[in-house]
Amino acid sequence: MSANRDWPLYEIFIRARSGLDHKHVGSLHATDARMAIEHARDLYTRRQEGVSIWAVRSADIVASDPAEADALFEPARDKVYRHPTFYDIPEEVKTL
Amino acid sequence: MKAPLHYVLHLADSNLVLAQRLGEWVGHAPALEEDLGLANVSLDLLGQARLLLAYAGELEGKGRDEDQLAFLREESQYLNLTLVEQPNGDFARTIVRQFLFDAWQSGLCEALQHSRDARLAAIAAKALKETRYHLRYSGGWLVRLGDGTEASHRRAQEALERLWPYVDELFASEALDREVAGAGLGPDPAALEPAWSARVNEVLAQATLARPAHAPHPWHGKQGRHGEHLGYLLAEMQSLHRAHPGARW
Repeated sequence: MSANRDWPLYEIFIRARSGLDHKHVGSLHATDARMAIEHARDLYTRRQEGVSIWAVRSADIVASDPAEADALFEPARDKVYRHPTFYDIPEEVKTL
Repeated sequence: MKAPLHYVLHLADSNLVLAQRLGEWVGHAPALEEDLGLANVSLDLLGQARLLLAYAGELEGKGRDEDQLAFLREESQYLNLTLVEQPNGDFARTIVRQFLFDAWQSGLCEALQHSRDARLAAIAAKALKETRYHLRYSGGWLVRLGDGTEASHRRAQEALERLWPYVDELFASEALDREVAGAGLGPDPAALEPAWSARVNEVLAQATLARPAHAPHPWHGKQGRHGEHLGYLLAEMQSLHRAHPGARW
């Protein structure tokens, strides 16, 4: 079970239905892009979970640094005026 | 129109025996993802076998269901291709066996979906979608192995040489096949060979593997005459049902 230790890791995104966004569902090992799609199909769509698969090499994902979380995200905490909650919504507007 | 019982059994048995072989990999595949991949192919083939066996039971008209046909027939009553009963060997041999079979089965289903037996045509149309994926899976792996490392190339080529003698039986037209083809119930096996060859040659070229020389077939699995391996496979597959008849989950 450890033979694939050297296989690159891929992140898998599945679109559940047409019109929806692809959602991250997990990761898997594969030697190449084609195998990543096949493994994703077998692992993540066997119960009709999706109609489209994206696979991205985990190494190609640029992530924010958890150590910088304060600098990145804290400043938004006290700026509640950025939420559009200060408007009176006319009753005629049904969907907003 | 209805296909002859033994023709339907032959199709069912090839699927069932190969499904059982692939099931032997569960828990032993080289990677967790491949464990699931091989099991998926196995379950697809098992599902097709169940549909075919259930139909065979109706054609036979003796009240036998799919379980009785699968678990209570003797080795000589199994009509599977000799290729599918061959042991798994290493991963390369499993992939080569699968690829040779998938290429054959996709051609078979393409023709069989136009069978004048409506039930058989419906089963073939469903199976075709599955088998096209199987061919993609096994073909992809064959290219990866053949065009991979020196060791993987050598193993893939060895597997080809070893399994090639069983290929001839895939396209052997016997009396029953000619009867089926004449009635428009299924393709003449010999007619499937050119498209199969083209498909196989294309993938072998990509895989940098050499097609072995033609080997005439001394095998008659379709007529119930098997090699040494099938008996062991059936013994394992049938032991539970024979010890606990009618057992259910």
